[in-house]
Amino acid sequence: MATEPHGAESAPGMPQLDFSTYGNQIFWLLLTLVVIYFILSRIALPRIGAVLAERQGTITNDIAAAENLKAKAVEAEAAYNKALADARVEANRIIAETKAEIQADLDKAIAKADAEIAAKAAEGEKAIAAIRASALENVTDVAKDTAKEIVAAMGGTADARSVTAAVNARMKG
Amino acid sequence: MATDANAEGGLVFHPMDQFIVKPLFGGDAVHWYTPTNATLWMVLAIVGITAMLVLGTSRRAIIPSRSQSIGELAYGFIYKMVEDVTGKDGVKYFPYIMTLFMFIVFSNFLGLLPMAFTPTSHIAVTAVMAFAVFIAVTVLGFVKNGASFLGLFWVSSAPLALRPILALIEIISYFVRPVSHSIRLAGNMMAGHAVIKVFAGFAAITAIAPLSVVAITAMYGLEVLVSFIQAYVFTILTCVYLKDALHPHH
Repeated sequence: MATEPHGAESAPGMPQLDFSTYGNQIFWLLLTLVVIYFILSRIALPRIGAVLAERQGTITNDIAAAENLKAKAVEAEAAYNKALADARVEANRIIAETKAEIQADLDKAIAKADAEIAAKAAEGEKAIAAIRASALENVTDVAKDTAKEIVAAMGGTADARSVTAAVNARMKG
Repeated sequence: MATDANAEGGLVFHPMDQFIVKPLFGGDAVHWYTPTNATLWMVLAIVGITAMLVLGTSRRAIIPSRSQSIGELAYGFIYKMVEDVTGKDGVKYFPYIMTLFMFIVFSNFLGLLPMAFTPTSHIAVTAVMAFAVFIAVTVLGFVKNGASFLGLFWVSSAPLALRPILALIEIISYFVRPVSHSIRLAGNMMAGHAVIKVFAGFAAITAIAPLSVVAITAMYGLEVLVSFIQAYVFTILTCVYLKDALHPHH
């Protein structure tokens, strides 16, 4: 039973040890290896090598370009900061200048106003003095008239000169 | 008992039939020039390699397409291996090593297709490659280093008394290299394929069939791994031997 399938096998135990096929396999193997070698060394490997080298070159270039751009960006930032600082200084200078100008104008205006005020005050004082003087005069007149009338009402005849003298004396008193 | 015997009788194992070299266009005689199934699958390996490394990279794009990426990956993988193991001066042998690697890896993977023939499962094929590497490396060692290539066998860092013994061991191991180099690859490929076939044979028994399918699937997964690893091992050993030829002093 066990020998039956064995006997049915047409090939010997191991086809690997069938030396009659060796020449055939070796011939086709060598042919195959030569063909593969030529395909690889003439076409495939140079092409892939070139592609890889080219890619490496491209990457290197891109990295260099990126570094260049980065340096430029840093430079631009520095320039921007410098411009900003300059502008700030300039602005401070203009502010100080303008402040000084305004202060000067203000001082001038205040001085002028003070002078005007002083003049107006002097004028006012003069007017007040005049008014006061005229008021005193009026009072004297009214007092003289009133005294005359009072004297007349008392039944006496008032001598204008003595009344005036009396009023003046009173006014001084 | 009777059914058992029947089931036993229904089991037919031909795990080795897949390795038989047959003429492709009929006939029985396998002459050295006869196109055989081995020829067919070697040619398919060439086609596969061409598709991957030539057609895939035909656009030469700076930003690679998927197929170009695969080609570049294979190139970079082997290139780096050669450079790392043998150093800068080994890089000029890169096309030869790449040829071996691509042939082995494509033969291994194409051999995993159902009904396929695996050229690398034949000792005739792997032995030719291994001896080609062995002879090339030995000749190269003598051409590059002259007689000082024999320093490879003379371990100058060992005590003087031990050196003759070490030299003997080194020489034996040197000459065993092509044998282990070739049998490792052929043996791995043959064993895996045969085991899958054996599991497939068990599928004739209905009760075992599901288990058989699971086992075949697991084995197939393992074989995918082995296919790549054996190609890798063959290639890196080639690099190591090449390194010995270029820099024979330990």
